[in-house]
Amino acid sequence: MIGTGILKGMAVTARNFVGSYFEKDRLITVQYPEERAPLPENYRNFPFLIYDGHDPHAGLRCVACKICEKECPPQCIYIVKSDDKKPDYMGKPQFYAKVFDIDISVCMSCQICVEVCPFEAIKMDKEFELSQRERFNHLLLRKNDLAKSNQYYHKIHPVEAASVDKALADAAAAAEAKKKAAAEAAAKVAATKAAAPRATETKPAPDAPPPSQALS
Amino acid sequence: MSAMIETLEAMERPPVTMASRLDGELLEVSMGPQHPSTHGVFRMNVALDGEIVRKLKPVFGYLHRNHEKIGENTSYLGSMPYTDRLDYFCSMTNNWAYALSVEKLAGIEVPERTEYLRVILAELTRLQNHASLLGFLLSDMGAWGTPLMYAFREREKILDLFESLAGSRMMCDYMRFGGCRVDASDEWLGQAKQIVERFPKFLDEFEELILGNEIVIGRTQNVGKLSAELAVNAGITGPMLRACGVNYDIRKVDGYGFYPRFKFRIPLGDHGDTYDRLMMRSLEMRESVQILKQAFAQIQPGPVMNPKAKIRAFRPPAGEAYGRIEAPKGELGFYLISDGSPNPYRYRVRPPSFINLTILEDMCLGHTVADVMVILGSVDIVMGEVDR
Repeated sequence: MIGTGILKGMAVTARNFVGSYFEKDRLITVQYPEERAPLPENYRNFPFLIYDGHDPHAGLRCVACKICEKECPPQCIYIVKSDDKKPDYMGKPQFYAKVFDIDISVCMSCQICVEVCPFEAIKMDKEFELSQRERFNHLLLRKNDLAKSNQYYHKIHPVEAASVDKALADAAAAAEAKKKAAAEAAAKVAATKAAAPRATETKPAPDAPPPSQALS
Repeated sequence: MSAMIETLEAMERPPVTMASRLDGELLEVSMGPQHPSTHGVFRMNVALDGEIVRKLKPVFGYLHRNHEKIGENTSYLGSMPYTDRLDYFCSMTNNWAYALSVEKLAGIEVPERTEYLRVILAELTRLQNHASLLGFLLSDMGAWGTPLMYAFREREKILDLFESLAGSRMMCDYMRFGGCRVDASDEWLGQAKQIVERFPKFLDEFEELILGNEIVIGRTQNVGKLSAELAVNAGITGPMLRACGVNYDIRKVDGYGFYPRFKFRIPLGDHGDTYDRLMMRSLEMRESVQILKQAFAQIQPGPVMNPKAKIRAFRPPAGEAYGRIEAPKGELGFYLISDGSPNPYRYRVRPPSFINLTILEDMCLGHTVADVMVILGSVDIVMGEVDR
């Protein structure tokens, strides 16, 4: 009979309407400003720079290698390398970024800067309420706006931050072990070197001049 | 310059004077680019005889943003986030098509788990694309809101999955050459499985809502008929081609990814009209659910990234490659020519929406203006992909 299809459809609508009062599955709208859905761990928005410790300037991991600036597809990163060096988080003297700007009105949140960074210095933020009244100045984030602590990173990406910290600690431990091994090896070499002339000294060639004379 | 534009305009438009209109001559109407039913900034110059369409000229380019030229000027990896913006409903399949062609170009192997993940994500994309298409199509027919909101409710669940995996709802930027960016947790797979298992319930309800509806049948059956011969000759692909009864699905023809491992059927239409195209989407969603269930059963833990694949300073050897996949809208291909430098020498997209749109006039002639919107809706276009 003509019209039954429409009535069936109406029944579906009625079921959804009534169901929306009882079934959570049928009413999934989140009333945004009042209630907020939790952001997933992998959520990403715009990049920020990580610093260790408490000083945003001294602890910044970035060494101004400019890889992210080169790889950024929309080219929203601008870096000026420093002339002098400062010790990084592992105590090694490194260059640092004198200027580090990200224009988030250009950034397209692709995460390529994070992937190419060899120093785990740039990560993705979860902050999304970023509307500003000024179009040009306020959406250009300077180094001071971008620098955020490692604790903040742990807060927004707990799993990822833990793995990054572990990798960094492992790398530091490996570097330390290597340094130690190198130092030991150097000490050994020095010891053998030190031992070697002693050995020659104990058995001096009868016709060889004394060392002091040979030097002079 | 202005003289040139004038002559072009004159070529496009038949001379229309007030006298000729009164004589019952064709009336030219410009539909779009801000028409709500044109799915973006798309314009049609329609010549009308009363209410009947006698001539239709699609005009596009309003959303052109130099996608291919940008691709030639950025690194291979740098183009990956731009492919998200092609067909912004299906960024996962766009990523896959691009990754596939670069992997072909550079000869990169992909780990097994990644292939399964890619199939899962592509089929989830197909589900949400087809669901939202059905909603839009009904919206074009005048069922404002309700079916579209039901479809978007399901789509939102899948987009939440994408967000928790890739970090973004629509601009996923998830796949990489030789793998995927992050691994899916067991928890994620469990959630996805749950959503897929509930999906047929939505499909049943949606079909009950619309497919028996007399108005929908009246508006779609025998409207916008497309013959199989014309469809093949015009290079139409995807559900539009299969609605004409041509059995051509790249998942079966090429067998890319792990599709040969799954058992699924290809739904085929009979008449090639709008109703068949509508049904095609519904049936394809059911087959996608089957593929997804098999994929969830077969996926094994393992690495998701080929350790040999390079992220930084990626330079494929000189050569050319064409990678194509069955995107929800049809054959999506990327043609790349490499000269050994970090940027492709030529980067070309074969967009299904654009090529499916070329036969719009043949389908619309002889129908009313109101049918043009329905036919356009059934083509399933996204202007981001048409204009690139």
